Amino acid sequence: MRKYILKRLLESVVILVFVAFIIYVLMRCLPTSYLEQVARAKSQQPGSKSFEEWMAQLSATYGMDKGILPGFLSWCGRAIRGDFGDSWRWTVPVTEKFADSVWISFIMGGIAFLFEIIIAIPLGIIAATKQYTKIDYTITIVALACFSLPTFFFASLLKLLFCVNLGWFDLGGLIGRNYEQLSSMGQFFDRAQHLVLPIVTLVVISIGSLMRYTRTNMLEVLNADYIRTARAKGLPESKVIYHHAFRNTLIPLVTMLGGSLPGLFAGALITETLYSIPGIGYVSYQSMVAGDIPFSMFYLTFMAILTLLGNLISDILYAVVDPRVRIA
Amino acid sequence: MADETTNKVDDLITQEIDAQGESAEQSEYSLNDDRRVKTLSPTALVVKRFLRNRVAVTGLFILAFMFVFSFIGGIVSPYREDQLFYRFDEQNKQWAAVMENKELRYVTENDADFPSVARAKFVLALKQDGNTFESQGVTYRYEEEGEELYSLYVDGQDEPVAMATYDTVSSSTGNETLPFAFQRAILLADAGNKDSFKYDGTTYTMDDAGTVMDGETEVAYASRYVAQAIMSDVFLSRQFKDELIEAIEAGQSEFSFTDENGETADYLLKYDAGKSSWSVMQSVSTKVFDTYSFPSLAHPLGTDRNGMDMLTRLMYGGRVSLYIGFIVVFIETIIGVILGGISGYCGGWVDNLIMRIVDVFYCIPSMPIIIILGATMDAMRVDPQIRMLYLMLLLGFLGWAGIARLVRGQILSLREQEFMTAAEATGIRASRRIFRHLIPNVIPQLIVTMTMSLGSTIITEATLSFLGLGVKFPFASWGNIINDVNDTYVLTNYWFIWIPAGVCLLATVLAFNLVGDGLRDAFDPKMNR
Repeated sequence: MRKYILKRLLESVVILVFVAFIIYVLMRCLPTSYLEQVARAKSQQPGSKSFEEWMAQLSATYGMDKGILPGFLSWCGRAIRGDFGDSWRWTVPVTEKFADSVWISFIMGGIAFLFEIIIAIPLGIIAATKQYTKIDYTITIVALACFSLPTFFFASLLKLLFCVNLGWFDLGGLIGRNYEQLSSMGQFFDRAQHLVLPIVTLVVISIGSLMRYTRTNMLEVLNADYIRTARAKGLPESKVIYHHAFRNTLIPLVTMLGGSLPGLFAGALITETLYSIPGIGYVSYQSMVAGDIPFSMFYLTFMAILTLLGNLISDILYAVVDPRVRIA
Repeated sequence: MADETTNKVDDLITQEIDAQGESAEQSEYSLNDDRRVKTLSPTALVVKRFLRNRVAVTGLFILAFMFVFSFIGGIVSPYREDQLFYRFDEQNKQWAAVMENKELRYVTENDADFPSVARAKFVLALKQDGNTFESQGVTYRYEEEGEELYSLYVDGQDEPVAMATYDTVSSSTGNETLPFAFQRAILLADAGNKDSFKYDGTTYTMDDAGTVMDGETEVAYASRYVAQAIMSDVFLSRQFKDELIEAIEAGQSEFSFTDENGETADYLLKYDAGKSSWSVMQSVSTKVFDTYSFPSLAHPLGTDRNGMDMLTRLMYGGRVSLYIGFIVVFIETIIGVILGGISGYCGGWVDNLIMRIVDVFYCIPSMPIIIILGATMDAMRVDPQIRMLYLMLLLGFLGWAGIARLVRGQILSLREQEFMTAAEATGIRASRRIFRHLIPNVIPQLIVTMTMSLGSTIITEATLSFLGLGVKFPFASWGNIINDVNDTYVLTNYWFIWIPAGVCLLATVLAFNLVGDGLRDAFDPKMNR
């Protein structure tokens, strides 16, 4: 087992290096960047150096003057030590901006994740046990509708209903207008109130696939021989489903959910942008649109790490949870 | 797995006809007569199973509707995708200004005769006794000719250099200034309440209102109010001014005027206390873009921000969304099937290499990368049409990894089956073995995945367009139509702009998913419905 994990880890590192390299090449090949804007603005000040001179100076400062391969190696060298440089857009170290924004994303993602599990898994199981009934069809169609719902459209509908027509929430942002005047308890509730709609959006958008996944796996288990045996023994249906079947459905579920844990840190790019929540998703969206190479580099690499970690965790969990799986 | 595939590979599957479906003729056959058995190809079986799934068929209908709506609707629609509409809007434009004269005004032959310093001195001199004053070394004399009417002379001369009065003399025929001597004659006659006066050999008559007539024609008039048109080419007639001043004195805020041609125009009067003048506004109809007009017969879904017909935009938007969806999925499938096929069939180091490439592509966060490239294309001002092409290539190139994995997995299991050993034993070419025997068996799963990923591609494209990084104006896409809600005013007031596009998007994606789901069930021979 330890050998397997070690092998997978090494593989992941190799893949990560390649992914980082592709991203780096892409970023370096971009024909325009934030640096050009800065250099242009600076060169237009009275008595300033020319645009080319500023560009050369800024490129040297940010290590953009080296060739792609040496540049990538030096980026790697610094990245391993945790130094991702200074963000151009935010003018603070990348890691500092990241630490500022990642927690709000994590909290949002975490709460949404919990709700998703609480709602989707029971519904998926009900749909599977009542296969081909009206309930099953309703749940299936609702799941597919959630799955097909474009985030931005759903968010706009929620905004129209709850922010404009009912006036319950603000249209965007994490804190209200009079945040500073509130007590610490009031500040907490203010933030919580601003997170309600983003979390609802996240839950509804992602609930569909988990519901389908639960249903499919539950159906597979329900068709297994040991369920027939359990029924033949005369066990009550509830015991068959919740004791025998559900526990076996948990295997793929746990694997999948474990694999999506790292994703909680990834932030919800679209949702956060729509509600102007200053989480990692929105911050990196702004950086990317501004052409902030250090931050984008960091964010993309971070996303790649999370994906790899997710795959690794789900593979390991698969072996841990299911005793039938042997890993050589 | 094994019996599932053999079932599919078998060319014909026989199935007994339902007892109910038997016709009278068939019931005459003996029980073991072959004609009692109807043969169905696997495809026919799949179709039959699919059609029995009511939800999936509904999805198919929605899709058919969307295709007709987007592709035929665009042709049928009377408007073009980027046709602009205009409307005439009533806008209040300042038409004239009216001022009640509260300061002395000077009439001179030419302004240099009585400079402004002298004018100031005159105002001071008025309040004192004596009728002379001095300015810049010149001594002036004034005479009061009537009520608030003064003639100003350079001391020692007989002809006045200027007149000071609260009234103004305007020509009735045009905007030109009347000669000084004529104005003086009019003012004197007005002040003296005379009925007629002589000027330049002509006798003019004058009434109480200050109108000067040359026989039957009106030539000029004197008035306490100054009315001027804002535009220099507009001439305000005497009658107009009179009625206007009457309205102002009556304290009205609106007034209408019928000119000699019988045309009536309405004006709004507004008093500006700061300038102590009235501005006369005329509501003029101006040609403007017909933006955000509410649904009507001509535009069933109203018009958008640019004054384009929303329904037509929606049709063309659907076309773009569907095109992009299909092309992207096509690119994904081509790359995925080729690489997955090679990987699965060859195995060994080739498989290993391709699978590591797949891993790398699986890890690349595609949404952020497309956002970055979209922002770059924004900065470079890439032509919208070329941009659309890039978008499709990019989405296709970043999305093939899943399909490659699927194809490889399928081929790995198919490769070990008896029919492949048989194919190999017949000695046919490797390429034929792959494309004739392996790939067709992957197609069911492939079709399901493709249908599903059509939906998700359309969502991705719409999301990018919504963020303003995908399909750009002048092309419509369902995403960039909804983009307007970024303006809170549109979100709140113009539901018809974004809700129809969102509903189309949701319906299409949902339909693709329903059909995909139905196909998955239909392809599954274990399903017993």
